[in-house]
Amino acid sequence: MEAVSPSATSWLHTSVGRKVVMAATGIFLMSFLVVHLAGNLLLLRSDGGAAFNAYAEFMSTNPLIRVLEILLFLGFVLHIYQGLYFIFRERAARPIRYSLNRAEANTNIFSRTMRLSAIVVLVFLIVHLRHFFVEHRLLGSPYTMYELCVAAFENPYYSAFYVLSMVFLAFHLAHGFYSSFQTLGLILNRRIERAVRWAGAAFAFVIPLGFAIIPLYFLLRTL
Amino acid sequence: MRFTLRIWRQKNAQAPGHFETYEVDGISPDASFLEMLDVLNERLIKEGKDPVAFDHDCREGICGSCGLFINGRAHGPLPNITTCRLYMRHFEDGSTITVEPFRAKPFPVIKDLVVDRSALDRIIQKGGYISVNAGSAPDANAIPIPKPVADRAFDYATCIGCGACVAACKNASAMLFTAAKVAHLALLPQGQPERRQRVRRMVQQMDAEGFGHCSNTGACAVECPAKIPLTAIAQLQREFIRAHLTPDPYLR
Amino acid sequence: MAETLTIPAPVRTADLSWREGEPILNNRCPSGDLEKRWTRHKDSLRLVAPHNKRKLEIVVVGAGLAGASAAATLGELGYRVKVFVYHNSPRRAHSIAAQGGINAAKNYRNDGDSIWRLFYDTIKGGDFRARESNVYRLAEVSVQIIDHCVAQGVPFAREYGGYLDTRSFGGAQLMRTFYARGQTGQQLLLGAYAALQRQVELGNAQVFYNHEVLDIVVEDGRARGIIVRNLITGELHRVAAHAVVLATGGYGNAYYLSTNAKMSNATAIWRAYKRGAYFGNPSFVQIHPTCIPQSGEYQSKLTLMSESLRNDGRVWVPRTPGDKRHPNDIPESERWYYLEEWYPSYGNLVPRDIASRAAKKVCDMGYGVGPTGRAVYLDFSDAIRRLGREVIYQRYGNLFEMYEEITGESPWETPMRIYPAVHYTMGGLWVDYNLMTNIEGLYAIGEANFSDHGANRLGASALMQGLADGYFILPYTIGDYLATQLFVKLSTDTSAFAQAEKETRARITKLLDIQGKYTVDEFHRNLGKILWDYCGLARNASGLRQAYEQIRVLRERFWKEVKVPGTGAEFNQVLEKALRVADFLELGELMIIDAYHREESCGCHLREEYQTEEGEPLRNDKDYAYVAAWEWRGENEPPALHKEPLTFEFVKPTIRSYK
Repeated sequence: MEAVSPSATSWLHTSVGRKVVMAATGIFLMSFLVVHLAGNLLLLRSDGGAAFNAYAEFMSTNPLIRVLEILLFLGFVLHIYQGLYFIFRERAARPIRYSLNRAEANTNIFSRTMRLSAIVVLVFLIVHLRHFFVEHRLLGSPYTMYELCVAAFENPYYSAFYVLSMVFLAFHLAHGFYSSFQTLGLILNRRIERAVRWAGAAFAFVIPLGFAIIPLYFLLRTL
Repeated sequence: MRFTLRIWRQKNAQAPGHFETYEVDGISPDASFLEMLDVLNERLIKEGKDPVAFDHDCREGICGSCGLFINGRAHGPLPNITTCRLYMRHFEDGSTITVEPFRAKPFPVIKDLVVDRSALDRIIQKGGYISVNAGSAPDANAIPIPKPVADRAFDYATCIGCGACVAACKNASAMLFTAAKVAHLALLPQGQPERRQRVRRMVQQMDAEGFGHCSNTGACAVECPAKIPLTAIAQLQREFIRAHLTPDPYLR
Repeated sequence: MAETLTIPAPVRTADLSWREGEPILNNRCPSGDLEKRWTRHKDSLRLVAPHNKRKLEIVVVGAGLAGASAAATLGELGYRVKVFVYHNSPRRAHSIAAQGGINAAKNYRNDGDSIWRLFYDTIKGGDFRARESNVYRLAEVSVQIIDHCVAQGVPFAREYGGYLDTRSFGGAQLMRTFYARGQTGQQLLLGAYAALQRQVELGNAQVFYNHEVLDIVVEDGRARGIIVRNLITGELHRVAAHAVVLATGGYGNAYYLSTNAKMSNATAIWRAYKRGAYFGNPSFVQIHPTCIPQSGEYQSKLTLMSESLRNDGRVWVPRTPGDKRHPNDIPESERWYYLEEWYPSYGNLVPRDIASRAAKKVCDMGYGVGPTGRAVYLDFSDAIRRLGREVIYQRYGNLFEMYEEITGESPWETPMRIYPAVHYTMGGLWVDYNLMTNIEGLYAIGEANFSDHGANRLGASALMQGLADGYFILPYTIGDYLATQLFVKLSTDTSAFAQAEKETRARITKLLDIQGKYTVDEFHRNLGKILWDYCGLARNASGLRQAYEQIRVLRERFWKEVKVPGTGAEFNQVLEKALRVADFLELGELMIIDAYHREESCGCHLREEYQTEEGEPLRNDKDYAYVAAWEWRGENEPPALHKEPLTFEFVKPTIRSYK
């Protein structure tokens, strides 16, 4: 077999390479979710937001965090870009669709709804960033982060939107978690597959639930 | 048994296609799906009509020729089976059955339900082999291979090349097909020298043919008549990452 | 519903006639020590230098085990190879369906195997109707095949130590059969296919998909090319070559119901026959004992259950004829293990012809089981008890699943029902020791030639022969001929090509113009039934005469009453089938003549007139120890019979006993 000498980045242009990027950024973003959730749970401390504000202050000033923030932004951009590319590619690979396609017979609902869940989560992300990140960091809001949060979560519409988005995030994670490990070539036997699927289900349940508890807590407090 | 068949008819690659409806009656529940189509075709011929073209050959599930998209699934309503091994007893008497060709850009329709699957052969051409000439092999037992490894390699080597993985995949990806061959050869000691080149070249060809990407939905493995497991895809991913992102120890 | 086609039994039957031709005295077999023949022969063959190989074009027709392995190896040697397949991929040939295994005299088991023993078993299994030189060579190269296939990455079954596993097979008392679960043919074919794809990538071979050969072009007694039809566009093409290799498999599909793939056909070898190539032993057809019985009229094919099942399965019928009890309710004492009783030393592992005939015999006697009474039980309960489900699953899991899928019954619970079915044709184009037909430059390999199996092939020997021909014999012998062709300039612009193309076109037009009222399949089913009834498991003179007459009528009516829709200038599967059946109809007549002329019983060929008192075949070595090579002498002319005497210098033909 004749050797092909690939350039250093040629792998990025293959479908498998793009998938690896998707998975790597996916895992990175999932790790961010864990950190983010840990911080958010400080909101539940009944200290009038002192701990949470300190945490927010640290996150917006620490130089290391600032670098990670740029990476995080890049991670989102790459993840979204590859996703859009795959949509384009999928269309091209099957120009004539089936008249009857019973995908529910061979796939689970989470993998079938990845695109929908991606769109909802993306919309959520934009609204979420506008509400907190842009407001606090770019527009220099006079309110503390804690105050911003409380105000937002006491709004039933915003909270409902937040909780609903978490359901979609759960869907996205339910497939995304397993898929990332599969793509990184880590699932080499059925035993690992079972373990990863189980861990993925737990992750997809616990993390969005953790996020959703916070607005619900504030909302219920107003009642 | 009787059925209403909604079948995709298309004169040739250029012509536009459409569905046509046929009634068949007196079908034995023990007839295979293809034998049911034989009955329809015999009648169409006698009526002076154009019979439905479909691919088939061995009719025992190993040659990989047959491939119909039946009622929304590759090779019909049962998992892990070929169309020729699908029996009419699995359909409800009096029901309507929709039959379409496997659809993917790299699988252009030749006529009716017959598609061109040569793209799969071109993927194999890029490295789905071990470069050994006849006459140059050592004694067969000179290379012991642990039984579990040989068994796993066998599981991947049983691909019949029918293309159901592509047909079932929402992205029309040929990953399971390509991965089966990559995984088969990557596991064996004989496959080591070309391991890195093989995965690079085969993936490159897979993309060049216009197959979609893999999004790990697992539809392929559910429909695969050879029961190639999804671990094949993990193996390909691993091979790919190793080939591209880690230094090649054999390069000077 | 329109009336169905039936061919009534003829009122009068004519005697069958043929003409005695010159005996074949030169089959190019070397003489001297058996062990050194092939080596000495190889050393005496002419060679072609590497730079000249690039100038030589070889056409290979078919990409099964023989075709793909030959094409790949010829490509490795540097020849320009063009491969034509009627499939949509070279990986689909019916070799892929071979289940059981491949024999090789490796003696890894230390059970006393040797090249001599494999040779002896094969020649005895073939009932002493094959050439000693060829069979010895086959046994000799069997060893290399396993080496090569392992190097290709074929995942043969292994033992825990990592070394190759083997199992026993019919007709042998040794364990010399290498296997890859129940998919040995698939794995070997994919190995050869991959090797061929490598040559395609390297530019040494080209594979033409969806191209069917419809004629062989012969100029001045030499094969010069082929006429192929592009099955998608319907166009005819002329292809010139320095040598033509036919690897188109057997003609078992003449029987309509067989274990062959639906498209398997005899057209290429039949056309070669009509261009002057001799056809060897056309009536030698192997009927495989373990197939799933037919269940209805609509049935399009029969499915084989690997012979390896007889390793652990026990064949029986109830001791009372017509016993309608469920098999599990029949106590041990009322089960008749007839194979074990009749053939105690080989038991359930007697050769295929014997097992098949025994099944027919007990069914004829009224002991048959199942709804049609044409089936016997193959029972695994003992083996499951002895070895456990896990081991049986490892060995036959996929076969059990396949059986259950087709019949809806689980072999884990109830014994399988099996019955013999047409499976393989030992007959085929006559070839010399170099695998060349009597037409210079025309080769036939694999099942397409009349081969090394005599009157009966042993299990796991077809894969061995196909790969032996393709990897290790033809690549040597073809050079001997090609060395004389170096300066031949190829042209398709000759009268022979024009003539062949014209005739092919005329045949197609004629078929399309008939527009009768019966479908091709109706004719095919009728032909199959006639052949099965009179030229199947047992034959006799009056039956053969009747069959001959019926086939003649059937053929006449075919050319007047068949209906082929569509045109020749498009993808037309019915037309493809019609062309194949037209050739089967002619071949059927020759099979009958051959079966009729051979007034002895040997191997698969049981003439009811020639049996021992116990009903075993009675061979007649004095008059029939020869290969019957038939020559076509024109339409409505009786064929000529050329006898190639078989001499046995090293083995003594004995009465084949598996008792």
